[in-house]
Amino acid sequence: MQLPSYPLPDAKGRYAEFGGRYVPETLMPALEELTGAYLHYKNDPEFLAEYDYYLREYVGRPSPLYLAENLTRHLGGAKIYLKREDLNHTGAHKINNTLGQALLCKRMGKKRVIAETGAGQHGVSVATVAALMGLECVVYQGAEDVRRQALNVFRMKLLGAEVRPVESGTRTLKDATNEAIRDWVTNVRESFYIIGSVVGPHPYPMMARDFQSIVGEEIKAQLLQKEGRENPDVVIACVGGGSNAIGAFAPFAYQENRPRLIGVEAAGHGAASGLHSLSIGAGRKGVLHGAKMFLLYDDDGQIRPAHSVSAGLDYPGVGPEHSYYAEAGLAEYVGITDEEALEGFQLLCRLEGIIPALESAHAIAYAAKLAPEMEPEQVIVINLSGRGDKDVVEVMRVMEEGQGSRAEGFVQGGQS
Amino acid sequence: MTTREAFARAKAEGRAALIPYVMAGYPSRGADLEMVKQVLPYADLLEVGLPYSDPLGDGPVIQRASEQALRQGIRVADVAAFVREIRALTDKPLFLMTYINPVLAVGPERFFEMFKEAGVSGLILPDLPPDEEPELVALAHRAGLEHQMRPAQPTESASFSRGLAPVGLETTFLLAPTSTEARIQTVAPYCTGFVYTVSVAGVTGARDKLPEGLPELVGRIRRVTEAPVAIGFGISNRATAQQAAQAADGAVIASALIRAHEEGRGLAEVLREVRAGLER
Ligand SMILES: Cc1ncc(COP(=O)(O)O)c(C=O)c1O
Repeated sequence: MQLPSYPLPDAKGRYAEFGGRYVPETLMPALEELTGAYLHYKNDPEFLAEYDYYLREYVGRPSPLYLAENLTRHLGGAKIYLKREDLNHTGAHKINNTLGQALLCKRMGKKRVIAETGAGQHGVSVATVAALMGLECVVYQGAEDVRRQALNVFRMKLLGAEVRPVESGTRTLKDATNEAIRDWVTNVRESFYIIGSVVGPHPYPMMARDFQSIVGEEIKAQLLQKEGRENPDVVIACVGGGSNAIGAFAPFAYQENRPRLIGVEAAGHGAASGLHSLSIGAGRKGVLHGAKMFLLYDDDGQIRPAHSVSAGLDYPGVGPEHSYYAEAGLAEYVGITDEEALEGFQLLCRLEGIIPALESAHAIAYAAKLAPEMEPEQVIVINLSGRGDKDVVEVMRVMEEGQGSRAEGFVQGGQS
Repeated sequence: MTTREAFARAKAEGRAALIPYVMAGYPSRGADLEMVKQVLPYADLLEVGLPYSDPLGDGPVIQRASEQALRQGIRVADVAAFVREIRALTDKPLFLMTYINPVLAVGPERFFEMFKEAGVSGLILPDLPPDEEPELVALAHRAGLEHQMRPAQPTESASFSRGLAPVGLETTFLLAPTSTEARIQTVAPYCTGFVYTVSVAGVTGARDKLPEGLPELVGRIRRVTEAPVAIGFGISNRATAQQAAQAADGAVIASALIRAHEEGRGLAEVLREVRAGLER
């Protein structure tokens, strides 16, 4: 196997003006060291062989590219394939990245890993690889999320990680990320920080993208087999920080004949409500967690809390490479509300027998809007970034609150 | 009084300079100025913090203070007004400590003009390694000078460090125990105000003792720049102040002051002790 090479970022970690390293000076030498180590090992045959081995034998790659026939028929337009990242070990795409970073951590001789987590998906994935590699693991999670996600907290503990609740700020993912960075500043010599998405200071967005690119590379190979062509017409993925989307997009984004790449942000209660995670759709250029990106903040630059029914999309920023794609027109970014996502969630459950993560349900919901407008010989690939077991309690709660009643009608109506 | 004069005066009096930190809006609107009045008699320079929602370089004490200040609804314009009030009380150098996103949100040029006009001497930018945004740093150096003497060529910001060119806002950046020779060479020339040397790898917060090795670190910095060097992070008592004074030209005290306020102790007690430690 090989890790990909893309034209961006430049040597300073910039995607045009986005990205960079906006961090306390204490971390700069560590980021330089990490960049050097990554660029070395990404071409090291032994490192790549080990990564490849674990991807196959431990994660279960390649993940299937599944033709969703019922969904295709139901929507009556383009042919829809699902890239089944939900079938990976730990149930999401996250492990493609955490595994790569953990192997790098070991190569660099560090014995302790730090991570931030929102709902706990990335935390569980880091705790998993830490257990596998025999690394000490500390996960920061907002106190609010620790309460809401008791099951994942317990999973991380079972896997041997220490979960530290974060009481500052909004007590959610952004504050957990601040706290993880503070830990890293303090223990930078002996610790490795595994960031959960394509965010953070250079080289993190680049590393996470490269490790996630296996998703898009597999799509090309699998589509070639199934459809006789590498390029679908449309690739759709949900966008929180943007790691599953960049994995699906990057292998296509820099080529001349580019499919439509559509990133779906969480529109929460709607753009007008102010309760959303539309970093690209409604944000401005700013700096958070070490990188310049599209970001939600008020007129004074204070970061605005994001909102989404799905914890994994509940982040006020978005990776610098997506910020660049958006500005350069390489990809489109759209919004799907909580309610629409719940419709998409149930649609996939009922029609395909697949319970998607609420994050991924945003991508399903957008495909449901787009597919009927397309021709039967056209192909949509949806990156099904994770499975929804983690979300069923939340979905039950929301449906019982009545917000889901319309969604139910939607599915039943569709089947009649 | 210029920054250099303030450091020189402390030195002439046989001390390292004392740089207390106050935050706009902490503990509340109006009471922030009371904090200023308490610290001013001991201060050679003053650091004024702009409260921020995501202060990732700060420990729990300053995080709590920021949250408290933001709950009062403190806006950037209020911070500028606060600076004006301080300016009416003293001509000591005032350094504004701000994370970079508020600067970007307001617009760098407008932000710098606003604070230059309010009477700030310089900026401390804890999450901006200066080589990430050299043009933005150059803009700060030109703040307030635009209309009088816009340079024909964009001025190389580093040239200001030689003290030859007129000064808009001075800039201060951080160096740390982890800083490599290359980072020191890169960052120090941008420190036209003073060099803020972080005593430990970590975030702000009072400590009982500073690590060994500070004199060596400061020595490496002094080989690259003539700018004054101050130590920050962890200064809380006589012992830490002594360690700072042995190594450098000044010391910043921040979390220990806020903690003293939280605990209902007088700030004067802490400041007297720290100032005593700074005597050479
Ligand atoms: C299943 C799933 N999809 C998507 C995301 C969003 O992250 P990203 O945008 O980095 O893919 C998460 C984050 O927790 C997730 O668990």
